[in-house]
Amino acid sequence: MKESPSLLLLDGLTVGYGRTAVLADLQAHVEPGGFVCVLGRNGSGKSTLLRTMAGLQPALSGQVRLGDEAVGPMPPAERARRIAVVLTEQAHSPGLTTEDVVALGRQPFTDWRGVLSDQDHTYVREAFALAGATPFAGRLFDDLSDGERQRVMIARAIAQRPALMLLDEITAFLDLPGRVEVMALLRRHARETGTVILLSSHDLDLSLQLADAVWLLADGALHVGTAEALITGGNIGAAFNTADVSFSAERGRFELRL
Amino acid sequence: MTTLALPASRPPTRPARWLLGSVGLVLALIAAALATLSYGQVAIPLGEVVDALFNPAADTVAGRILRDLRLPRVGTAIVAGAALGLAGVLMQALLRNPVADAWSLGLMAGGQLGVALTVAGAAFAGPAALSFLEVFRGVSLTLGAAAGVAIAAIAVLTLGRRVGAVTLLVVGLMLTFTVQGIVSVVVHFVSRAGARVFGGWNDGNFASVLPAEWPLLAGVVLVGIVLAGACAKPLNSLLLGETYAKSLGTHVGRLRVLALTATVLLVAPVTAFCGPVTFIGLIVPHIARAIAGTARIGPLLPLAGLSGALLAVAADFVVHLPWQQHFLHLNAVLALVGAPVVIALLLFSPTMRGLR
Repeated sequence: MKESPSLLLLDGLTVGYGRTAVLADLQAHVEPGGFVCVLGRNGSGKSTLLRTMAGLQPALSGQVRLGDEAVGPMPPAERARRIAVVLTEQAHSPGLTTEDVVALGRQPFTDWRGVLSDQDHTYVREAFALAGATPFAGRLFDDLSDGERQRVMIARAIAQRPALMLLDEITAFLDLPGRVEVMALLRRHARETGTVILLSSHDLDLSLQLADAVWLLADGALHVGTAEALITGGNIGAAFNTADVSFSAERGRFELRL
Repeated sequence: MTTLALPASRPPTRPARWLLGSVGLVLALIAAALATLSYGQVAIPLGEVVDALFNPAADTVAGRILRDLRLPRVGTAIVAGAALGLAGVLMQALLRNPVADAWSLGLMAGGQLGVALTVAGAAFAGPAALSFLEVFRGVSLTLGAAAGVAIAAIAVLTLGRRVGAVTLLVVGLMLTFTVQGIVSVVVHFVSRAGARVFGGWNDGNFASVLPAEWPLLAGVVLVGIVLAGACAKPLNSLLLGETYAKSLGTHVGRLRVLALTATVLLVAPVTAFCGPVTFIGLIVPHIARAIAGTARIGPLLPLAGLSGALLAVAADFVVHLPWQQHFLHLNAVLALVGAPVVIALLLFSPTMRGLR
């Protein structure tokens, strides 16, 4: 199903709005099956970077490459077969069932009428199971809690069977066990299918523990490395320390300066 | 439902639901149409109705009432009701607004204004232009209405991205009042001859379409229906919002243009020939969603078309019952059904209450 190797490459990528660059000249790459957490303070450009990688806004310069193709010039329908996104904003839609929502993930693969094949139905069913959303099958999407809706949206992204999955701060509405579960299932999914999964998060602890690599956004620059390297190198501290809190490299957690 | 919650058990049951609903609606529509054909100021036994339908050569009084009065009226009601129902589905999906409809958001007002300006322009241009207008009444009024509906639709769509659902509804209704004012002023200054061209307006009416004009009405609406069908798949993705639609490969801009064109083709001829028919487009999508058990656009389109036609024919039946004095007003009958639905939506729909 995936002919091209799902290898993600940022090549001199500059992202931003209009003429204002938020992040400039980024270089990074992810191997197939990589699970990457994107960290950074509010306004550091996490969402802008993810939106640009998803092809939802144009890059100011440079390019995002997926396999041997650039994402920017890809036709939207083609892009939708390679890249799936889950956003912070809470989707809602009166009258849609959870099946309707997950089945939307198959839309890029259907003809003009949008009728699902048996194979599509199988993918939808698998996606429900993989995302742990099977208990919500048959219910109205809007009747679910925030966390449950987020699971259905992840199932929709899985049903899309993308080479690259981008998730923007999706754990914000989940409690701690829920977050661990979701991040673990995404990591497992990346390993098992070779999908490259990028997840932006405010969840420093979990991200540092679970990610294959961390992309740290600070002061318009991107620091790439394993969690340990970024901690011991002082990058995490430099990005998040304020007058009130500081990151302790020895203990691996934040401490109040009181 | 069983306790087995596997989604795989669901897909086969879904098509049956909208298909069953469609078959039921077709049967109900045939029954309502026959009732309207046979009952009214003059009652015609069903046998004679069927006779007159299949033996058009026989020139009886009953046959003439049927062919010249009731059949065009029922045909118009079916086409107009279906068109407004479909337009309602398109607009509610496009604006993500459960009370969006061609009438409530002022598209019909735009169409009325277009027609009024067409007639006024012809009247001021002189008697030659006016008699030209009377000969080509159908085409020119449809074009005038289409221009008005299109402008109103673009305005509403632009505004709809900036304001909430309730604000948009109030703006649409105020636009309707404004246009009604303008139309009556225009009619006041246009000569009687001009006013005659759009006599009996400001109320919806399925009886004013001449048999010769019916093909134009039905033809334009048919093109609108085809375009609506082409919108079904991309509109589904828009149900989750614009960003998700884009990420699923939908050209949102292109979709807006397509759905807007379909809406104009569905609404403009109805406005030109029948005047502002209220509430059908607003409540029919909700009926269709209830029958389909989903908000997916594909199954909604046939259901909305059929329930729109059924509602229009049923309302027309009530209008033409043998009342003591003349007929009831179509919009009065529709308001009795539609207004409570809108009030319920305003009170109970999360979107309208501003909760989401």
